[in-house]
Amino acid sequence: MNQKKEVRNILIAGLVTGILGAALVLFGNPKNMGFCIACFLRDTAGALGLHRAEAVQYIRPEIIGLVLGSFIAAMMSKEFRPKGGSAPLTRFILGFFAMIGCLMFLGCPFRMVLRLAGGDLNAVFGLVGFVLGILCGIFFLNKGYSLKRTYVMPKCEGFLFPAIQAAFLILLVAAPAFILFSPEGAGPGALHAPIIISLIAGLLVGAMAQKTRLCMVGGIRDFVLFKDVKLLSGFVAVFAAALVVNLILTGATEGTYFTLSMTDQPVAHVDGLWNALGMLLAGFACTLLGGCPLRQLVLAGEGNTDSAVTVLGLMVGAAFAHNFGLASSGAGPTDNGKIAVIIGIVVVAAIGALNTFKKEN
Amino acid sequence: MTTLDARGLSCPEPVIMIQKAMKTKEASYVMMVDNHASKENVTRFAEKAGYTVTIKENGGEYTLEMRK
Repeated sequence: MNQKKEVRNILIAGLVTGILGAALVLFGNPKNMGFCIACFLRDTAGALGLHRAEAVQYIRPEIIGLVLGSFIAAMMSKEFRPKGGSAPLTRFILGFFAMIGCLMFLGCPFRMVLRLAGGDLNAVFGLVGFVLGILCGIFFLNKGYSLKRTYVMPKCEGFLFPAIQAAFLILLVAAPAFILFSPEGAGPGALHAPIIISLIAGLLVGAMAQKTRLCMVGGIRDFVLFKDVKLLSGFVAVFAAALVVNLILTGATEGTYFTLSMTDQPVAHVDGLWNALGMLLAGFACTLLGGCPLRQLVLAGEGNTDSAVTVLGLMVGAAFAHNFGLASSGAGPTDNGKIAVIIGIVVVAAIGALNTFKKEN
Repeated sequence: MTTLDARGLSCPEPVIMIQKAMKTKEASYVMMVDNHASKENVTRFAEKAGYTVTIKENGGEYTLEMRK
């Protein structure tokens, strides 16, 4: 595939993703949260009872769709290839702390872009931190950072994560009593588009992201490392499309989908320093992981069990964040959350150093 | 000709490997990768650096021959 075609395809994928991201809010998702991998994994963890924060409990069909969309696209193009074994526990811990950073900021890199497209100026601080975090990761990559090679796994191993998502879909639809759902008015978990719409949006974005390798971290990383604009084009296209749709919806409906301000933004706080530090941690951890939370879901759908373990780390991180008061709220960050982010930055830096500056056997 | 084995490594590592190797400005390089993303990314990087890339597939693994 030539370079122009690759950039064109990711531009189309980014535009469609941005449109769907904005449109999901129209259909019922929380404001500026058409997609948020961190928030949605946190909601799913809550629905499974891994944490008991009543405001954020719902099995998000977007996550299920993203994984299954990637799985189907990979199967169709014969790219489905189970593999793993590249420092899985290290990846689990990086995923854990990436989530701690995301929940300090209140959103993953994907939601950061959607927050920017909704006029949330707090996300500018997040973007600054995100870029700084990626630069920290690039420092180690340039010095030889590696989590070493993956190995081919049995077919069954690769099927497990998509199968788990299919099981989640059954639990969502069947809604047995042991699955927890945020009651109406309780918070973001109670706000969601109809299951079928969320699922289809997830399937579409998952398939497109699998084909184009769309990744929020990769966009900035590859531009800095190689002056390669391919992934960055997708990142910019998501922003542009969501911004345009938000402006159109604000003009054409009674709702407000774009407000240029720092205060009174939905599911956001105004502490610039901790918005930046949260995304610094997320950007740093995700660069050492090789991709943003969206990319980890897509890779898990392709059969990469290291990414599946990373997603489990993200979910456990979300559970810890809500069980121990680490997650921010609209009122701002918590003291526990600030300590956790500092610990996270130290741990991620240590993982970077220990996998970079070592004696060769 | 330098031969690099990037099988099992995921991006951006294979691209960083070829980027560092190409500092010696040899006329040709060979790199082995085992996933589509690495194949595409290394190809894109090499073509931008002025190399012509020939790809051979063998059981899910790819051998990329890059020549000036």
